[in-house]
Amino acid sequence: MSGMRSITLGHYLPGTSILHRLDPRAKLLGLLVLIAALFLIKTFTGFILFGIFFVIAFLSSRLPWRYFMRGLRPVLYIVLFTLILHFLFTKGGQVFWRFGMLTIEENGVYLGSFMTLRLILLVITTLLVTLTTSPIAFADGIEFLLRPLRIFRVPGHEIAMMMTIALRFIPTLMEESDKIRKAQMARGADFESGNIFRRARNLVPLLVPLFVSAFRRADDLAVAMESRCYRGGENRTKMRQQQVTTLDYLGVFTTCGIAAVIVLTGV
Amino acid sequence: MISPIIETIQLSYDYTLDGEKVIRALDNISLEITEGEYVCLIGPNGSGKSTLARHLNALLLPAAGDVYVDGLLTGKEENRWEIRRRVGLVFQNPDNQIVATTVEEDVAFGLENMGIDPPLIRQRVAEALELVGMSSLAQHAPHLLSGGQKQRLAIAGIIAMRPRCLVLDEPTAMLDPRGRREVLSTIRMLNRQEKVTVVHITHFMEETLDADRIIVMDRGQIAYSGTPEEVFSGEIDLGSLEMDMPAIPALASALREKGMPVPQNTLTVDQLVEYLC
Repeated sequence: MSGMRSITLGHYLPGTSILHRLDPRAKLLGLLVLIAALFLIKTFTGFILFGIFFVIAFLSSRLPWRYFMRGLRPVLYIVLFTLILHFLFTKGGQVFWRFGMLTIEENGVYLGSFMTLRLILLVITTLLVTLTTSPIAFADGIEFLLRPLRIFRVPGHEIAMMMTIALRFIPTLMEESDKIRKAQMARGADFESGNIFRRARNLVPLLVPLFVSAFRRADDLAVAMESRCYRGGENRTKMRQQQVTTLDYLGVFTTCGIAAVIVLTGV
Repeated sequence: MISPIIETIQLSYDYTLDGEKVIRALDNISLEITEGEYVCLIGPNGSGKSTLARHLNALLLPAAGDVYVDGLLTGKEENRWEIRRRVGLVFQNPDNQIVATTVEEDVAFGLENMGIDPPLIRQRVAEALELVGMSSLAQHAPHLLSGGQKQRLAIAGIIAMRPRCLVLDEPTAMLDPRGRREVLSTIRMLNRQEKVTVVHITHFMEETLDADRIIVMDRGQIAYSGTPEEVFSGEIDLGSLEMDMPAIPALASALREKGMPVPQNTLTVDQLVEYLC
């Protein structure tokens, strides 16, 4: 079961806050606008304003802070890497520190912390949406928002269907990998010792049966879907209807407004 | 005369590999299934049971011969979706036929594919879940259900589409005894109460005892066809088809061999007790 908990995909915390109640499409649109704003901001003032907006949204969501820390962990190395690269290799301005060939200069510190802030804000803003949206609602939202892109042959329905099926089968495949692991251990397979390369090689007897079974499942599922009249997104209806409320319009418009203010003051 | 809900006329099917014929899976099968009938299909592995099932809702198309469902020819492209709505297929592995992440969403899947109005979908989903006794589990995630519940969910997903005929391909093969009982009683209830025609493929001889008709398949052909009383009378050599008699008919048949005139239509414990005591 320990493996179950470490899966972050669809990490959703049910709740009743405004952010939870917003339509997934509204949230996704707002997120898009905010991400665009993040990339347009050129000064620290912009970031501070953005930060204030984030804190207000975060407080209203009543989500625990530690989920954001946990969500940041996977990007920690990228953030550190960016920071160090900029510190060491972006030159210009006052020299803060010198050690032989290596120098840390003003522009490097400036750009490094700038990029780091941008990355962190990007991740935590996205988390704000994914933590408050159920995966099914998320998939529905994506399907809807991708609809206009159909003229460019973007398969919106298929993408959403793939997300749903992936979510459906993750627990099933986890259970299965647990079973295979135990079966292979009973035959003397060793998953726990040796260095990283050895361990990776030892995973082969786990992965091969898992993949074979996943393909078999996919085959069965395709037949079952077809015999239940599945023929793609054409003429398909949905049981769950998403109702757009005034709250959703309000949410999108305020987000756009705030993003505009942030960008204009921060450029 | 009542026209049959399913009719196969000299149906043959070959599995091919690189365009070459490898196995003749179905060989000249002519079969009629009447509306409301409960038919069990038995036979050794590779006898063509599943292949036949897949012809009944146009998943496979005949190499020779014709299949009619409710008067519709399966070979015609434009009939395909209507046929799949009228004949629902339930498969062996309960996990591999559940598409959605909650029970009610999964029941709705077929209806959504048919393009039905959302309020009507809700109503039909509720009815179907009620029918299989799973209303209280509507919001559950499928992977948390027991095997029997998963299989009943699969049945609900089909029933919600209001099919005329339910084809079940070894629906109890992967279940424990309790799950098997749940699924069997659901199938029987649907047949008796809702008048759904049932074609039930199984390896468990006990499950066939209250069928209207048993069809025994062997190497792509229909070996025998008859009521349970006829098939299990002891006169048909099931042993040569690697199949065992159900316990009670086997006992009755053994008693007959020893000279005790047990009637040929003895299928259940009660009937045997009735005779012996």
